[in-house]
Amino acid sequence: MSNSKGRFGIHGGQYIPETLMNAVIELEEAYNHYKDDPEFNAEFTDLLNNYANRPSLLYYAENMTKDLGGAKIYLKREDLNHTGAHKINNALGQCLLAKKMGKTRVIAETGAGQHGVATATVAAYMGLECEIYMGKMDTERQALNVYRMKLLGAKVHPVTSGTATLKDAVSETMREWTNRIEDTHYVLGSCMGPHPFPTIVRDFQSVISREIKQQLMEKEGKLPDAVIACVGGGSNAIGSFYHFINDKSVKLIGCEAAGRGIDTNETAATVNTGSLGIFHGMKSYFCQDKYGQIAPVYSISAGLDYPGVGPEHAYLHDIGRAEYVPITDDEAVDAFEYLSRTEGIIPAIESAHAVAYAMKLAPKMSKDQIIVVTVSGRGDKDVAAIARYRGEEIYD
Amino acid sequence: MASVADAFKNKNGKAFIPFITSGDPSLEVTEQLVYAMAEAGADLIELGIPFSDPTAEGPVIQEANIRALSGGVTTDKIFEMVKKIRKNCDIPMVFMTYANVVFHYGTEKFIKTAAGIGMQGLILPDVPYEEKEEFSSVCKKYGIDLISLIAPTSHDRIRMIAKEADGFVYCVSSLGVTGTRTKITTDIGAMVGLVKEAKDIPCAVGFGISNPQTAADMASKSDGAIVGSAIVRICAKYGKDCVPEVKKFVKEMADAVHAV
Repeated sequence: MSNSKGRFGIHGGQYIPETLMNAVIELEEAYNHYKDDPEFNAEFTDLLNNYANRPSLLYYAENMTKDLGGAKIYLKREDLNHTGAHKINNALGQCLLAKKMGKTRVIAETGAGQHGVATATVAAYMGLECEIYMGKMDTERQALNVYRMKLLGAKVHPVTSGTATLKDAVSETMREWTNRIEDTHYVLGSCMGPHPFPTIVRDFQSVISREIKQQLMEKEGKLPDAVIACVGGGSNAIGSFYHFINDKSVKLIGCEAAGRGIDTNETAATVNTGSLGIFHGMKSYFCQDKYGQIAPVYSISAGLDYPGVGPEHAYLHDIGRAEYVPITDDEAVDAFEYLSRTEGIIPAIESAHAVAYAMKLAPKMSKDQIIVVTVSGRGDKDVAAIARYRGEEIYD
Repeated sequence: MASVADAFKNKNGKAFIPFITSGDPSLEVTEQLVYAMAEAGADLIELGIPFSDPTAEGPVIQEANIRALSGGVTTDKIFEMVKKIRKNCDIPMVFMTYANVVFHYGTEKFIKTAAGIGMQGLILPDVPYEEKEEFSSVCKKYGIDLISLIAPTSHDRIRMIAKEADGFVYCVSSLGVTGTRTKITTDIGAMVGLVKEAKDIPCAVGFGISNPQTAADMASKSDGAIVGSAIVRICAKYGKDCVPEVKKFVKEMADAVHAV
């Protein structure tokens, strides 16, 4: 593997068609140039603060803490960002980079629609042409987000190939990129895909852990004992973990979507049920059969409904630095309702997977310990789906 | 057994290379297609092993992959089919599939088996130069040619890729995924020229070739033409009755390439 770049242990790499190689090399060169450029960083910080409403709150969930009776729980409120999720951090960074590279058009995949909305938003703001690929099944379960993207001036392509969900949207966006590279940047939405995407997305999302560290130091004068975040591809989780990786006392816990359970076929818990493979540009863990055919995955959450996981998470799992736990649909929906009632905060169903694990963990910890849960997005988009899950026929 | 390079040594030195997806519509038909295409003048056959998510393919071959997998085709069943074919036919053949199909099977086990049953080469469109080592080292060990691809965007990479290429160089004619195109605008001659400066190795052009005129044109600028989607479309249209139709089409295409 002498020529391979972007490795996290054995994971990562650049398993993509030759047609795209010069595009990712150009991206890597541009990123290496701008990531340490004070002007670029000042511009990026200004966008984060004055457009996306950062820093996001680190909120002490007092009701939840008292109710659970164990560790003190803080919520990192990425749901309060402009567009309602952590996705805006990466979209701002990548669109700014695309502009610096002279690109005039951005394309992106989206699952729940949050990354599509974030990309469409930034594209509108920066005057970039924008096209979003979204699994047809997801366009139906997240219809409001489709309209939102159109409202923002983006063209939305429903993807009908394969299982018509997030993995197919990624495949279709990759295909479209091979079609038109010269003026187009692919704003990949998670810490996955070929190098340099996992590194770029992690860096743009690492603002989450940088802020948590600083905010908690101000409030409590110490590090948290555990950081919990949900994991699909894993961008909000890697952003939440990154500045704590070297702080060995901080437990890092990623919550995977177990769907109807990891002992069923209707799951998307990649680390818990998958195996080593090569797909979507990277070596990592994937849900697949014994012949390497990628498995159809399932989760109530469109944003976690992905058969792979970012290569850095696969590595953190391998070395035992982070732990990946499965959370079922039922547990996530319970947590969705619990946080709504207890704190008056409706989390995204994705984020509810992290809340669910905090509900299990906090009572087992002592009152002087601290858990930080990243609420990666707000749950307005999920309200109708949760109502249907509970048997009420409400549609967006 | 003939080698990949032998495919470029007959008649005018130009090869016609058809692609089919194994198991579309069934492995029995695939076996008959191989015999028919060999008789019709094909010089080398690309046998696709279907993958659930073929990211370099256009809709025609994507659908063929899904049809084949829904029919229960597996890598092991394809290996069995090749064993049968090799009792009757010695046309050079290469597998075309995706990295995960090989990697998850066990790279060494896959390549050793492929060599053992009489395959000559392997094409992995999602394995670029930077990642080829983990596959090419094993291919070399078992005498399988790992085919390198170059694209219209490769530019300064062509020399580096060509220098280490085995068998032939697969020149991707256009941007985008596989599928028929109305026109190929890339300067194929220039791409092939850059390859030949770096290494004396045959170059065959693929992506978007669907008629005898384009095939002849591409073969005149290189050492061969590769055709996939146009054939797979015939398989889709005629299903289990596709063999004579494919044979007729392959004969027209091969004749055009051999008349250059």
